[in-house]
Amino acid sequence: MRIELERRANPSLLFSVISPFLALALTVFAGGIMFALLGKDPVSALYSFFIEPLLDIWSLHEIAIKAAPLILIGAGLSVCYRSNNWNIGAEGQFIAGAIAGAIVPVVFHDWHSSLVLPLMLIFGMIGGALYAAIPAFLKAHMNTNEILTSLMLVYIAQLFLDWLVRGPWRSPDAYNFPVSRDFAPEAILPELVSSGRANLGFVFAVVAAVGLWIMMRYTLKGFEITVLGQSERAGRFAGFSSRRMIWFSMLLSGAFAGLAGISEVSGVIGKLQPVISPGYGFTAIIVAFLGRLNPLGIIAAGLFLALTYVGGEAVQLTLGVSDKVTRVFQGLLLFFVLSCDTLIQYKIRLVFSRFRQTTEGGAH
Amino acid sequence: MPAVGSSAGGPLLAVRSLTKLFGSFAACNGIDLEIQPGEIHALLGENGAGKSTLVKMLFGVLAPTSGEIVWKGDSVRIPSPGAARRLGIGMVFQHFSLFEALTVAENIALSLSPGISLSKVAEEASRLSHLYGLPLDPKAHVADLSVGERQRIEIVRALLQNPELIILDEPTSVLTPQEADRLFETLDKLKAEGRSVLYISHRLEEVQRICDRATVLRHGKVTGACDPRKETPASLARMMVGSDVASVSTAGTNTKGDVLLEARHLSVPARTPFAVALKNVCLKVRGGEVLAIAGVAGNGQGELFDALSGEYPAADASAVFIRNKPAGNLGITARRLMGAGFVPEERHGHAAVPSLPLSDNLVLARSQSDRRTFLGGGVLGIIKHAVVRLASRRISETMDVRKSGDDPAAGSLSGGNLQKYIVGRELDRQPAVLIVNQPTWGVDAGAASRIRQALVDLAKSGSAVLVISQDLDEIFEVATEIAVISEGRLSDVYPAHALTRETIGLLMGGMYGKTEGEEVAHAH
Repeated sequence: MRIELERRANPSLLFSVISPFLALALTVFAGGIMFALLGKDPVSALYSFFIEPLLDIWSLHEIAIKAAPLILIGAGLSVCYRSNNWNIGAEGQFIAGAIAGAIVPVVFHDWHSSLVLPLMLIFGMIGGALYAAIPAFLKAHMNTNEILTSLMLVYIAQLFLDWLVRGPWRSPDAYNFPVSRDFAPEAILPELVSSGRANLGFVFAVVAAVGLWIMMRYTLKGFEITVLGQSERAGRFAGFSSRRMIWFSMLLSGAFAGLAGISEVSGVIGKLQPVISPGYGFTAIIVAFLGRLNPLGIIAAGLFLALTYVGGEAVQLTLGVSDKVTRVFQGLLLFFVLSCDTLIQYKIRLVFSRFRQTTEGGAH
Repeated sequence: MPAVGSSAGGPLLAVRSLTKLFGSFAACNGIDLEIQPGEIHALLGENGAGKSTLVKMLFGVLAPTSGEIVWKGDSVRIPSPGAARRLGIGMVFQHFSLFEALTVAENIALSLSPGISLSKVAEEASRLSHLYGLPLDPKAHVADLSVGERQRIEIVRALLQNPELIILDEPTSVLTPQEADRLFETLDKLKAEGRSVLYISHRLEEVQRICDRATVLRHGKVTGACDPRKETPASLARMMVGSDVASVSTAGTNTKGDVLLEARHLSVPARTPFAVALKNVCLKVRGGEVLAIAGVAGNGQGELFDALSGEYPAADASAVFIRNKPAGNLGITARRLMGAGFVPEERHGHAAVPSLPLSDNLVLARSQSDRRTFLGGGVLGIIKHAVVRLASRRISETMDVRKSGDDPAAGSLSGGNLQKYIVGRELDRQPAVLIVNQPTWGVDAGAASRIRQALVDLAKSGSAVLVISQDLDEIFEVATEIAVISEGRLSDVYPAHALTRETIGLLMGGMYGKTEGEEVAHAH
């Protein structure tokens, strides 16, 4: 037996609109089954996973904190993916941005100025962009597969950060713990409102997403991205260069990931440490697709996935389940999003007797 | 091969009020059609008339919305191409599905069941190819074969299934006159064996020459069934388009202006292993002239278009001159700004992005040449969608583009209507130089005549027009000068009235060139 995907002549418009919500519902349903198998009451588990975090001010702040990098990275990635460039290494660009931005408060820790924070943010963007420039160069000039190179560079960045905080950048005051110096107060991203920890990073994320939405919807650049993503040949006919687009999209998404990285260490952690991301760069891929590669959709998707992080922590505390539950939920969600989208475009056909079919119709 | 059976008396295939709806649009609307055993049956119609939809239903690619298909007297359902093959229906598509890097035998084996050995396939294929006069070397690589030979592979592949009905979709559109003659002999043999052929074409002369009966479609309905030999090309065309096809008028194109487009010793190495290198191409087109470049597909036409359009610029600036300025190393945008317009061969994914609306496809070609009109916001480059849509509507009206809705996706238009839009998109800016590759490839008679007239009119208004085409009828209709391309070399340019089909056919085979000519002269 064989399973074939057959393209539908008329994909349903209704279902392509409700597809993300359908995926959400299926994720919640499958999650309930998972909790039941773990021996927990699914209803109360789902309640503390998805509802409780929405009821407290502090947990809403946590959601904003976690949504900020997801939205920022996801929006940048959407430009990449729309232009048919598959940057999978945002996690590495996030770390590279954090390291580059931290040069100012760690290496020049004696310099106190109101310029420190803006410089850190700029350095962070440059760091992320430069790190994304490596796979961009390899793809544009060596014809290398950017999926592999950008992904492998993630591990290099992670290990480089680890070495940095254990070696040259280790704080002299931290009793040999592998952390950098604490950032000075002027190097800390300010909080948004007095009620909680949410910081300016969330504003960056929303502004960036709206900006990209305007670009994609109204400008020639957005048109260029769409055209080159759909057909390189038509883009060439229009006078657009796919090589320049590789650079543009990779540098843009790298810069956004780098900004997310420096915002995270500056606004949330306050120093460098061996691990600074719970996988934001990878989760942002789910965010980008759940948001239909539309920057406004990505804001909503980023908030939802932030909820899975916060909810995951909550059930860890209240029910004592593993912190891997969060990853399972995110994996389920991506699975359902992609399969809903696939089944809208294609229908499944089971083919039972390939052999008989071809021998009868075949040569004699 | 076993004898071909046929039911006593009745038709081999009958189609009764077959309908296919796409949404509320009826691509085929109550079609009735009968094919007798041993006849060559023509299916005529404009693009968008429903020919492709109809044959896709017969070959199991599309499911009918309603109606009945009767095969040898039994009502059948054809859910897949495999089912169609099992019934005894074979199909040769207009666009071939062959792997260029594999051999002929390997390509054929791919469509068969896995158990059969390659040598057996090769043996059977060469037996069939000799039987039907389709010379073919099973060990040859497809990349090295001409389009005519590739078509033979497809035909042999279909014949291996021992079909009783063979559907051919626009088979001669890629062939030289000589190759087409050979194809007709094969069809006659098939017919003599009692097999039936459903022959889709828009070339009326051919249909009259080889077909026993014809069914004409228009707007998804059957508008006529006739014996094509008793009709005139004009009366057949009238059935197809519902009105008299305007013949292209070329009167008054004799005024010649300055040289607006020139290629000087243009040589381009092959970009890929399967591409053709251009060798020392020289040509001049004056204002008021239509230079047509004839040639069999795959002899460097695409490469010539790429080099002249600047999609792949040459290294040497003086290889191409546009309005007396060197442009050989400039990109397509710079050449557009110098007053040139371009229409590539492939509509989907080259000249247009099928999933984007028509107005976006207008921006595709003219974002820089009409920067001031279409874009605002300075460096931001905000697209003025309202202005673009207005211009798009103007083009659709001028070129009589028929479409559903105001600004539908380019891919939803029929080939002919999309091509009218793509040509109209360039004509709308009155380019001084227009370079068109295969202007009416797969386009119906009505749209083709509209497009050809527009090209002639543009030349009359003083522009230089270069047309690359495989269609000799078209070339003689529009050209004031003719050259022939073969294996990347361009022949001398001749005045159109000085050439006959036969001489062009010889030039297509590469029988030209000063060196060869001299050698021949020496030999005598």
